[in-house]
Amino acid sequence: MSETKKTDAADAVVPQQAVAPEDRADSAKGSGDREVLLRVQGLKKHFPIRKGVLQRQVAAVKAVDGIDFEVRKGETLGVVGESGCGKSTMGRVITRLQDPTGGTIEFEGQDITSLSVGKMRPLRRDIQMIFQDPYGSLNPRHTIGSIVSAPFRLQGVAPEGGVKKEVQRLLELVGLSPEHYNRYPHEFSGGQRQRIGIARALALKPKLVVADEPVSALDVSIQAQVVNLMDDLQSELGLTYVIIAHDLSVVRHVSDRIAVMYLGKIVELADRTSLYEAPMHPYTKALMSAVPVPDPKRRGAKSERILLKGDVPSPIAPPSGCRFHTRCWKATEICKTTEPPLLELKPGQQVACHHPENAADQAPQDTVLLSAAREAVELVIPAQSSPQESEASKEASEPEAAEPVVAKAAAEEEAPAEAEAEAEGADDAAEAETEAEEGDASAETEAHEAEASADAEAAEVDASVEAETEAAEVDASVEAEAKSDAAEADRQESTDK
Amino acid sequence: MILLLVVSAVTFAIFFLLPRMAGQTADQLAQQYIGKSPSKADILAVKHNLGLDQPLYVQYWHFIKGIVAGATYDLGPTTAHCNAPCFGYSFKTHEAVWPQLTSRLPVTVSLAAGAAVMWLISGVAVGVVSALKPRSFFDRAFMGVALAGVSLPMFFTGNLAILLFTYQWPIFGRTYVPFTENPAQWANTLFPAWCSLALLYSAIYARLTRSGMLETMNEDFIRTARAKGLRERNVVVRHGLRAALTPIITVFGMDLGLLLGGALITETVFSLHGVGQYAVQAIDDNDLPPILGVTLLAAFFVVIANLLVDLLYAAADPRVRLS
Amino acid sequence: MTELSKTGAAVGEPVSAPSDAPSTFLEVRDLKVHFPTDDGLVKSVDGLSFSVEKGKTLSIVGESGSGKSVTSLAIMGLHRLGARGKNVQMSGEIWLDGQELVNADPDEVRKLRGREMAMIFQDPLSAMHPYYTIGSQIVEAYRVHHKVDKKTARKRAIEMLDRVGIPEPAKRADSYPHEFSGGMRQRAMIAMALVNNPELLIADEPTTALDVTVQAQILDLIRDLQKEFGSAVILITHDLGVVAEIADEVLVMYGGRCVERGAVDEIFEKPQHPYTWGLLGSMPRIDRETSDRLIPVKGQPPSLINVPSGCAFHPRCPYADLPKGDVTRTVRPELQLVGSGHYTACHLSQEDRTRIWTEEIAPKL
Repeated sequence: MSETKKTDAADAVVPQQAVAPEDRADSAKGSGDREVLLRVQGLKKHFPIRKGVLQRQVAAVKAVDGIDFEVRKGETLGVVGESGCGKSTMGRVITRLQDPTGGTIEFEGQDITSLSVGKMRPLRRDIQMIFQDPYGSLNPRHTIGSIVSAPFRLQGVAPEGGVKKEVQRLLELVGLSPEHYNRYPHEFSGGQRQRIGIARALALKPKLVVADEPVSALDVSIQAQVVNLMDDLQSELGLTYVIIAHDLSVVRHVSDRIAVMYLGKIVELADRTSLYEAPMHPYTKALMSAVPVPDPKRRGAKSERILLKGDVPSPIAPPSGCRFHTRCWKATEICKTTEPPLLELKPGQQVACHHPENAADQAPQDTVLLSAAREAVELVIPAQSSPQESEASKEASEPEAAEPVVAKAAAEEEAPAEAEAEAEGADDAAEAETEAEEGDASAETEAHEAEASADAEAAEVDASVEAETEAAEVDASVEAEAKSDAAEADRQESTDK
Repeated sequence: MILLLVVSAVTFAIFFLLPRMAGQTADQLAQQYIGKSPSKADILAVKHNLGLDQPLYVQYWHFIKGIVAGATYDLGPTTAHCNAPCFGYSFKTHEAVWPQLTSRLPVTVSLAAGAAVMWLISGVAVGVVSALKPRSFFDRAFMGVALAGVSLPMFFTGNLAILLFTYQWPIFGRTYVPFTENPAQWANTLFPAWCSLALLYSAIYARLTRSGMLETMNEDFIRTARAKGLRERNVVVRHGLRAALTPIITVFGMDLGLLLGGALITETVFSLHGVGQYAVQAIDDNDLPPILGVTLLAAFFVVIANLLVDLLYAAADPRVRLS
Repeated sequence: MTELSKTGAAVGEPVSAPSDAPSTFLEVRDLKVHFPTDDGLVKSVDGLSFSVEKGKTLSIVGESGSGKSVTSLAIMGLHRLGARGKNVQMSGEIWLDGQELVNADPDEVRKLRGREMAMIFQDPLSAMHPYYTIGSQIVEAYRVHHKVDKKTARKRAIEMLDRVGIPEPAKRADSYPHEFSGGMRQRAMIAMALVNNPELLIADEPTTALDVTVQAQILDLIRDLQKEFGSAVILITHDLGVVAEIADEVLVMYGGRCVERGAVDEIFEKPQHPYTWGLLGSMPRIDRETSDRLIPVKGQPPSLINVPSGCAFHPRCPYADLPKGDVTRTVRPELQLVGSGHYTACHLSQEDRTRIWTEEIAPKL
């Protein structure tokens, strides 16, 4: 197989790629037309691992390994991912608390990638950071007044009406009392300390605030207070946020656009509605399906849970090709060999995947599942088939459950055109919702591919397989944006509700 | 590898620095070697014989060669051969340094090892008990004693011990008997010295153990051990002490290494003819070769102890094991 | 005291005399755990009653300092151990399978720990001894309660590791905790807790330190194992998502006391206590988009040394002025039955609560 060539073809197929960022569809707050505040290109941060007497570099932890994104004025970009995906490192690199290994960071059009400490200093006013740990980030020996006024001293700024007055104003702004000026951090609770951290970050009226897990150390009720506070401050002061968090619920609440990171890469970047309603990257989907929903009625909806097997691989030696292929239930040969580029498959939704969900397959001809995927499929299926769920819960759940690609025929010699979808899994395999995609790569050239896709849907309750097969032939020269099957579009609609 | 580098660096530093710190020139050194009112020619001859007229790096080379391969001194009509680990001859007594060291080493080792066993056992025991009942009467009493132990200088407690146990109530012997001759007598004589030395160290160890235990007994894994239904004794020993001891091993290794290089004050106070006392004498006499020898020996022990501690630490704590 | 024992009775289980062995598997009656400190008496748990049946999961929900973790440690009898154990003041009754634990001989309780009741903790890395292999720690847990040789115990340990889904269990048994990933460590922790087939499993924030994908794995595992062993589970968490996922019953704690208790559907559909409303309103939702603001609980959690008089929640309660007079500030509300198996401790009248929930709170969630 010639996967590499195929990807190139897939590349060419995507028309939106050429579209300028300004023309992209607006996100919830219409930030599309706003000017770009921060632009990051090919950003890399590797931490060398040294060994021996001479401290030779033997390997590197590729914490951030080539990411591109931009943050527009006034918007909130959420960054999610599991621990070790590099999101915190990314935050520290874009604020230049750490130096990048490669790539460029542009702030207001100015390249700040390699500015010296001295040249960075004036920019520090505009870029501020809020940290996770409200206990560790405040010096216990300093009063609140001196902590919050530190930025003025360091930057040599004399605010109008004097430092003390300004600090007291800031304290009030974040919901603390001005009388707290002379108190020490240990006298405050976690939520109040985080407010102090926010006051300090806002002292110099920054343009960009990078918040690394700003609420994850706080109790639920306090977390909500701080989230609301950050919300209010954004609308009052016109702040731009980059919020790094592992809690997908919080990110959904606060963000306009969201970047999903996996092993140092952005796998999906989209506005929040698209991302949460119709995620394209299998990882995004798995990540979101794993979040427990505070609604016991939806417990039956466990059926839609995709259980990822095992742990995130080591960022020292990330998997070849698509980094998610070792855990992905859709992974095929091409995923192992070729890294998928981050493409805009839908206006405002970029994804790096060969076989995205909710979008046309980027490598339809490549159908042979990897062994990892075959195992993953088995995991997905039993997870789907938890018994005793009511019809109602089924309806309430997102229509696209896991779509395990169990293409039996594909594993054999590629029989063209006719799709044979077979839901085979462990015990209750028949209850799976199966979508099999198959390509015919026998004789034809890459430009003229036949894509056969079969969609088998099974009703869960009576355990009988009711397959509904639709085969659509798509000429590869016809743009990929054409939905491969109508059911897909239907689903899209129903989720948009 | 690193070990050898360190040792040679230390010897180098000693070799170059020591004579200068004593503020002596080669002439003065040579003069010492001869005796009173030497003639100019004698000095020159001695200087030449000892190689003191050569550049320092040559001298250093000879010194190192002496240690590794032995050295031959041409003393006018006769030649003196000094076997393999040759540290030269004392300026004062004209005795070879190395045999002196080896004959005195057993005394120092006896003193250090005995005291170490005592302080380790008593210090850790007191520390553990204090940690298990913090703020209790026992805890406060022992920590008070420990504080006194740290504060009281050796020449006070040592002399007090001698006064009480060898003069007032003469239950302990006065002269050192080698272990190989009469172990009972050996222990009997050394006991007051051990006690005095151990009092100082066990005080430090008790405090170390106490704080270490207080910390580990609050660890989550202690709670887990209890949740398993283990008896409290097992929780303390197998889980608590096991974790708290590791940092103590480090300190212990270093202390023991240092002591093996000679317990200067203790040996002097108790008139034990050990390495430390040898050093004190040499310092008194401005006698360079023994000082050099003792310092090098001490450095050697410290480095070895360091290495052992590292190995022990790796054995004790799987987290520091090299992958 | 009489007032308090009434609380116990009000909780619903038939109580004829305080020392009667209950029919339920685990029953806690009027549990109080107080810690004397230099600043004053910390009333971590102050009159808590509940029960759990075998095969059921009770979720204790609350914020930090609400007393939820202290409750679990009290059941295990873990407070009384260690240096500060002597000072802890504990009263009330804990009945486990017909045996009372609060006033029992400590060594009897120790024998139950790990065998009848086991616990898994929030941070599996610090909860495991760093110097011993995973296998040997499980072996130890098994041999405390079983007189078997090391070989048999090791076989059992490997069997358990296999059961909780650790690949190559025989090999991994010789690994140290730091060589495991977070998820694997928590699996090993679960294996260690279940090695003696305990009938009560207490999980204290078992997934808080884990990533969501791993959390899903662990919750699934706990659920499966519960089905398999039929044990009672107490799950302590602050995450209402986890509660909805796994619990049969929910107990909401605030300031060391239970403010609401009931079946999980009841609690999520018809919550009766303003604090429960606050928790629900504070949570951003993954399953729906809200541009609206969250509805946080105002103010700070109470100090357990100076618990507010009357209803402990009244300083933060937006409806504290609704009941007539200053009843909310002076009288501590007792748990009262508000639905089938659903209790709440609130001075608001039933009508007020229903009205506020259906008209004011529910539409905004």
